[in-house]
Amino acid sequence: MRRAWNSDLAYSFRRSKVTVVAGVITLVYMLSALFAPWIAPHDPYDMASVSVLDSFLPPAWLDGGDSRFLLGTDNVGRDVLSTIIHGSRISLGVGFASVILAATLGVTLGLISGFVGGRLDAVIMRIAEVQLSFPDILIALLIDGVIRSFLGPGTHGNIAFVVVISAISLAYWVQFARTVRATTMVEKGKDYVNAARVAGKNPAYIMFRHLLPNVMGPVLVIATISLALAIVTEATLSFLGVGVPPTQPSLGTLIRVGNDFLFSGEWWITIFPGVALAIMGLSVNLLGDWLRDALNPKLR
Amino acid sequence: MIPYILSRILQSVLVMLCVAMISFSMFTFVGDPVTNLVGIQSTDEQREKVRDSLGLNDPVPVQFTRFIGRVLQLEFGISYQQKRKVSSIIAERLPATLELSLLSAFIALAIGIPAGIFSALHRDSWFSHLFLSLSLVGVSLPTFLIGILLIFVFAVQLHLLPSFGRGEVVQLGFWSTGLLTVSGLKALIMPAITLALFQMTLIMRLVRSEMLEVLRADFIKFARARGLATRTVHFGYALMNTLIPVITITGLQLGSIIAFAIITETVFQWPGVGLMFIQAINEVDIPVMSTYLLLIASFFVIINLVVDLLYYAVDPRLRVGRESRT
Repeated sequence: MRRAWNSDLAYSFRRSKVTVVAGVITLVYMLSALFAPWIAPHDPYDMASVSVLDSFLPPAWLDGGDSRFLLGTDNVGRDVLSTIIHGSRISLGVGFASVILAATLGVTLGLISGFVGGRLDAVIMRIAEVQLSFPDILIALLIDGVIRSFLGPGTHGNIAFVVVISAISLAYWVQFARTVRATTMVEKGKDYVNAARVAGKNPAYIMFRHLLPNVMGPVLVIATISLALAIVTEATLSFLGVGVPPTQPSLGTLIRVGNDFLFSGEWWITIFPGVALAIMGLSVNLLGDWLRDALNPKLR
Repeated sequence: MIPYILSRILQSVLVMLCVAMISFSMFTFVGDPVTNLVGIQSTDEQREKVRDSLGLNDPVPVQFTRFIGRVLQLEFGISYQQKRKVSSIIAERLPATLELSLLSAFIALAIGIPAGIFSALHRDSWFSHLFLSLSLVGVSLPTFLIGILLIFVFAVQLHLLPSFGRGEVVQLGFWSTGLLTVSGLKALIMPAITLALFQMTLIMRLVRSEMLEVLRADFIKFARARGLATRTVHFGYALMNTLIPVITITGLQLGSIIAFAIITETVFQWPGVGLMFIQAINEVDIPVMSTYLLLIASFFVIINLVVDLLYYAVDPRLRVGRESRT
């Protein structure tokens, strides 16, 4: 514990106030996502406890506000704060799942590409290059749309989650693959790899046992930055109505639904989830920026 | 030179073929085109006739070739929802998207480049710090959220600007423009700013970092040592060397702007091709979806090809090591 506190990484973390704030906020989001059912003041999806009589109540500090509902209620009387806590849980969950999938795919392809080389490398990198020339959100949106059209109309429930997560991870694997490939090509000429080869280990063993630990640093940085991007992408897809199912709304879905009431004056239904999303994205982004600088030996 | 250009063009053609394949398989394997034409109440015999006349009984490669042939003649089929030719729907909606995108690109450049130069030359002024923190917020905030916030402030609270649609448009031949009426211009302001913001922060950061890099180079030190005026050094030498990558990125960003227009158009209900695509996804209108897929892919492939070839022509260093550019 003491050693971790005194390490370079922890030092550079403590030194930057912005990063500490971003870290604390991210931690709060993660904890509230993990323990959402216990933290949220109401259960917004328990129809028995939601009453239409409570609908469209403004935040507690405004005229007509109710102290039971700190950030007001939405069109069917759900507590906005509780829907935000549950929505963040879904946003973070989808974000994490997409990044893990993208990292697994990208790291595996990157390792193979860098270690095996040859024609396989050329094919993988050509695909990556083509994909890089399109913006990530467009890729995710197109993949999402195409998968949806193949599955037919009314893609609901858990399938919708699978579609969104695979669309986002297919949009973000390229960065992982390119970085891992570059590092692998440097590492594979080193003595420990040669030693393992001479010892007769098979290539798969060398890749995952010897090379993988040595490429993890940059992967961690890209994973953090991709998490911020994945959260924003999921929110965008859900806002456009092609994201997570409306029965389990993420922050993006909440904003989409609340957007209909913006003009009739019930701004809190859409603005608060929006602010929650913005703060989440910004904090994770700041953490990623810091991690990139802290792990980059050039900037030391 | 020639082999490079040929292989680059070949690659573009391959990409387009892949996209065409996806688009074709959407047509062929999603839903039943026959049911969409003759309706559910038809005998098997009628259906078989229609299948034959549409060539759906031919082998898949033959169908694919025919599909490519039709696409090259800009024949994209008929929208399931609107029962009109997809090509005419697109022709009607493309001006809206292009007007919005080009204006946004202009805003992004007109503000992004000067802001980038300024924050590189005056690194420690509070203005540059403000720019940098704003740009971080701009990168982290999703586009649609910026749009909603603008609507909330300027349309709902202040009642200054319209929140949706294009306003009045004037028809110039086949091109409908919103640039000639007051309501059209007013309707354009918020969507254009929303769309420009992200690209603007990107261009600003790029100009700043390129400029800082160039300012550290030996030839700048040498120019200073010769006693040239600071202005000449900054704008004559540093800026000129900064602009080559900026021009490339701007070219590539034009594609991104057209793509991000999907989001902006949905927020502001702007009647362009992006909104059309989102509606098509929700209604499973396959002809419209696959046409948009082809359209956007060809935009990107052409822009990338042109930028790459230009770059190759401009920068002789690239002819040696193409791997170094990412």
